[in-house]
Amino acid sequence: MSDSIIDVKNLTKIYGEHKVVKNISFSVARGEVFGFLGPNGAGKSTTIKMLTTLLKPTNGTIKLDGTNVIEEKNEARFSFGIVFQDPSLDDELTAYENMELHGVLYHLPKADRIKRSEELMKLVELWDRKDSLVKTFSGGMKRRLEIARGLLHHPKVLFLDEPTLGLDTQTRNLLWDYVEKLNKTEGMTIFFTTHYLEEAENVADRIAVIDDGKIIANGTVKQLLALTKTKDLESAYLRLTGKQIREEEVDPNEAFRSRVRSRRMR
Amino acid sequence: MEIYYLWLRQIKRYTRSKSRMIGAVGQPILFLLALGYGIGSLYKRAGNGNYIEFLVPGIIIQTILFGAIFWGINIIWDKQFGFLKETLVAPVSRLRILMGSALGGSTTTLAQATMVFFLSMLLGFRPYNWLLVPLALIVAMLFTFAVTCFGAGLASRVNDFQGFQAINQFLIFPLFFLSGALFPIQGFPKALKIIASCNPVSYSVDAMRHLLINQGYFQLWKDLAVLGLMVVVMVWFGVSSFKKIET
Repeated sequence: MSDSIIDVKNLTKIYGEHKVVKNISFSVARGEVFGFLGPNGAGKSTTIKMLTTLLKPTNGTIKLDGTNVIEEKNEARFSFGIVFQDPSLDDELTAYENMELHGVLYHLPKADRIKRSEELMKLVELWDRKDSLVKTFSGGMKRRLEIARGLLHHPKVLFLDEPTLGLDTQTRNLLWDYVEKLNKTEGMTIFFTTHYLEEAENVADRIAVIDDGKIIANGTVKQLLALTKTKDLESAYLRLTGKQIREEEVDPNEAFRSRVRSRRMR
Repeated sequence: MEIYYLWLRQIKRYTRSKSRMIGAVGQPILFLLALGYGIGSLYKRAGNGNYIEFLVPGIIIQTILFGAIFWGINIIWDKQFGFLKETLVAPVSRLRILMGSALGGSTTTLAQATMVFFLSMLLGFRPYNWLLVPLALIVAMLFTFAVTCFGAGLASRVNDFQGFQAINQFLIFPLFFLSGALFPIQGFPKALKIIASCNPVSYSVDAMRHLLINQGYFQLWKDLAVLGLMVVVMVWFGVSSFKKIET
């Protein structure tokens, strides 16, 4: 078994003429908390989608715990859990039913499913709400449930795509507490993206910065600070990526979703 | 196992939404009442017999057609609000995901059609031979499954509710009105007769009429052959479209 659990080589994604991810290579060590940072439209989400079998790369290889993600999709799927940027729960089902369905989809033996659902829902403090419909949950509760669900099938890697987006400070701190606890107790590798740089600075063992489809820096927080001769991660990040605002091309799907989301929040 | 739980999910979602249950049965019953009593007397005066009797098989097909297509919105919903991603990263083939969901959608749609059938009995409808009713149920099942897969296929290709509504207006309504569900094809002008003969829905309406009231325009074997072909094509369309979804 090698030391790295995620191994990405020459990964490229091209949409038509548009090169979104340009020949990137990196690896993540077993048990590491790895932060993947970059401005909007830099290729973060596309990379996560490729790592999690949702998108087929144009070129390159991805190994997850020794499994070739592109060729052995199904095997790879057992080895990671993911919390997406947008909620992906079924609102019309109860919290427990969402857990149950996930356990079934991942072929978890029934006894294990029941036991672990209870453990995890207690960990994220939702056990007393297990029979409530998810549509009655707040954004923070949904996110906690998604983390519990993503962990149900004993994944080796947990992907978190902007897990704290739109949450208040209290919930954000609580959420990172869970994640750090899991990392320590289960030795789980964490791969996350965020726009909150102080979060990344606090929790990440190592950080990669992606911009314009290329990885422009990769190292510990200390190394990044030394590289850019700055005092905090935010300055280091801005030194690396520049201060210019990125114009992201809006995916019509995404625009529709956010429209409905904002309407629902009102 | 996965298929059963995905099926169960659809059933739970359905039974938890009372408005959907009522709405889906309300529309066909409204058609049955309005047309049945509105046109019934004219129909009788023209010497065609009992219109309600003629109408019920068509209304059952209507319930299924609109119910199953409308169910496709669930797929758009899952796609837009993320649940689909949860299933797409799971170690389950897309074929199984679609089959579990489509069987769930078919079950709820068929339940609606059964309700409409019994409600129509309250209005005096009687099948001419009860022994043929199970056969009619099989025809209804196959038709439901075909349309559910078609709805899922459309929903896989369309990204918003408006687009889906447009398809509903410009494709499903014409298919329904030109199927002989409401009016006998015998009375159609020549051009419409040709269109009705090319419309696959006509054959399922006709099969239901053969089996429930012993009337028909085409031959029953032809109806069943077209239905069989329709199931194959629609399942293929649904599966291949669903496999192409990219998030």
